[in-house]
Amino acid sequence: MKYIDEFRDGALASRIAVAIAAEADPGRSYNLMEFCGGHTHAISRYGVSDLLPAPVRMIHGPGCPVCVLPIGRVDLAIGLALEQRAIVCTYGDCLRVPASNQLSLQKAKARGGDVRMIYSPADALKVAQAHPDREVVFFAIGFETTTPPTALVIKEAARLGLANFSVLCNHVLTPAAITNILESPEVRELGTLPLDGFIGPAHVSTVIGSRPYEFFAEEYRKPVVIAGFEPLDVMQAILMLVRQINEGRAEVENEFTRAVTRDGNLKAQALVSEVFELRRTFEWRGLGMVPYSALRIRAAYAGFDAERRFALETRSVADNKACECGAILRGVKHPRDCKVFGTVCTPENPIGSCMVSSEGACAAYYSYGRFREIAVVAAE
Amino acid sequence: MSTVRPGYVRPLDLRHGRVDMSHGSGGRAMAQLVEQLFAAAFDNEWLAQRNDQALLPRPEGRIVMSTDCHVVSPLFFPGGDIGCLSVHGTINDVAMSGARPLWLAAGFILEEGFPLADLQRIVASMASAARAAGVPIVTGDTKVVEAGKGDGVFITTTGVGVVAPGLEISGDRARPGDRIIVSGTVGDHGMAVMSQRESLAFGTDLVSDTAALHGLVAAMVDAVPEVRALRDPTRGGLATTLNEIAGQSGVGMTIDEAAVPVLPQVEAACEFLGLDPLYVANEGKLVAIVPAAHAERLLEVMREHPLGRRAALIGEVIADAHHFVQMRTRFGGRRIVDWLAGDQLPRIC
Repeated sequence: MKYIDEFRDGALASRIAVAIAAEADPGRSYNLMEFCGGHTHAISRYGVSDLLPAPVRMIHGPGCPVCVLPIGRVDLAIGLALEQRAIVCTYGDCLRVPASNQLSLQKAKARGGDVRMIYSPADALKVAQAHPDREVVFFAIGFETTTPPTALVIKEAARLGLANFSVLCNHVLTPAAITNILESPEVRELGTLPLDGFIGPAHVSTVIGSRPYEFFAEEYRKPVVIAGFEPLDVMQAILMLVRQINEGRAEVENEFTRAVTRDGNLKAQALVSEVFELRRTFEWRGLGMVPYSALRIRAAYAGFDAERRFALETRSVADNKACECGAILRGVKHPRDCKVFGTVCTPENPIGSCMVSSEGACAAYYSYGRFREIAVVAAE
Repeated sequence: MSTVRPGYVRPLDLRHGRVDMSHGSGGRAMAQLVEQLFAAAFDNEWLAQRNDQALLPRPEGRIVMSTDCHVVSPLFFPGGDIGCLSVHGTINDVAMSGARPLWLAAGFILEEGFPLADLQRIVASMASAARAAGVPIVTGDTKVVEAGKGDGVFITTTGVGVVAPGLEISGDRARPGDRIIVSGTVGDHGMAVMSQRESLAFGTDLVSDTAALHGLVAAMVDAVPEVRALRDPTRGGLATTLNEIAGQSGVGMTIDEAAVPVLPQVEAACEFLGLDPLYVANEGKLVAIVPAAHAERLLEVMREHPLGRRAALIGEVIADAHHFVQMRTRFGGRRIVDWLAGDQLPRIC
């Protein structure tokens, strides 16, 4: 495939690997968090960890949209499908997220709920137009990448005067989550989570630009390298982080210059702020309540806000006690530290959300990396 | 003077007619549908007996039997349709034992309201696939369900075949050191079908690889009767088939990503939908496990056959108590190629 293969070239990868191994100081450690699930997926799928020398350790961050979705929000969507008999449209990844009472949107569908997988929010709008007699709710999730398309369909629904379409908004913000990790006791006091640098998100940064990360580099003295989602991007970013750490620098560098600028996509930003406003606080699975970390629909578009339209109240529901997703999402624990990993909790029967999406740390490790420490019973 | 007037039956309206409940009721309408549509298309000596069963001669050797249900959506896709697919699918399942397929049976579940023109197209496609394969459809059945209770048409086919003496081909016979061969590019069928799905429809020149593989299998086992295992990687794709064989044989496998043939269009479509071609369905490909000493000869024979031109050696069987299928990535790393969990779902961002 033209254009993509160049970023997956094994020969180039081994050259960067040689450079990383030569420059990484064996006497110290480089604990690098890739914030984004897209990077987690690339690292696992292409076996990037195999190319890294011992001192470089990758820590999976919380940037997986379905992993941080709290149970209470999925419960709301299930309620809309099963009790309000609304058509609930959502992205494929959301369907298997475990919710209360051993349900998920997929299981709600099997119980007669009208749940539809869509590829684009515009498809949800089409569903609403095709079923004027039914309530159609788009269960919107994701970071800054997926927010502008949601804003667009809300504006389009307003323009069309659609009376049966609304959005259950769960859009969350990357910088708030990074702050939450950097402020966590594990990083600041206990020292149980050594963090030497971040690989910054690819697609998120095309929207918000590289500027928001400057605060982290400056205030917390953590180098950030924004990288694309191809495996060579990740390798190059790791090399750049190793160099910053060796030189004692803490800057925002941009490896993904082919798509990311300092200011980002101003048009998308304007669109988002026209339709959405900050929530005072929002629950993240694993991180708990995080202040100013999510968006809600502005009053001007209240008619398209499913929370207002159906008077929804989010209940906070605790994760299964044995599930370590919280600690894993914060980078404090590794999937293999979790007692239920690979036994009760598998991609077929996820207990925690990290096991659902292939971007989740547990699912990525289960599906691609397990053979490294073989203590897991293979699926029969 | 009494006269018996010859009865007149209005022929089926194959242009505008639709399936209705009477076509499954056991009455004249059903008899007419069977006569004019199915029997006319499949026409062979066993169907001509017009019994509820086919009376067949006893074949020499060990008999294999397999059945396969077909529920594809859309019913017509580039390179084929549910009709030829239902013939190829079962012939292939029978052939993967090394058998020569002899006969097929077909069951149809039709949905009320289904256009007869579409049904005729599907039946014609089945008939020509069966004829081309030399495997007649010798018996069958039709039922009609109410509108809304089916998806147009579901087809179940059952196949019977016979295995030549000396062949021992089974999914539990892979041994460490054996080589793994795939007969051609993977993912073509799944992506061709997906390109036609209403919500996805993307422009592509991809066509399904649907084909009957018994000819290729016959050539393979003639030349290399030592073949240990054969399987067609349909649902779940190559990755699933390898995991099945690894589990059945109690071995591990290691494959080389760069060696797995994938068409650039398939790779591009997968990329764009966030899917992995290793998990995408095929309908005209097979995986062969063969002792290392015979791998080269088998590859040669396969490449001489039109359905095996792009056959490739992709890896080997290893000893592994965990039965993992591992892959050397093109990037230079290693990873597991695991069972698929649920459906392959596109990622979000």
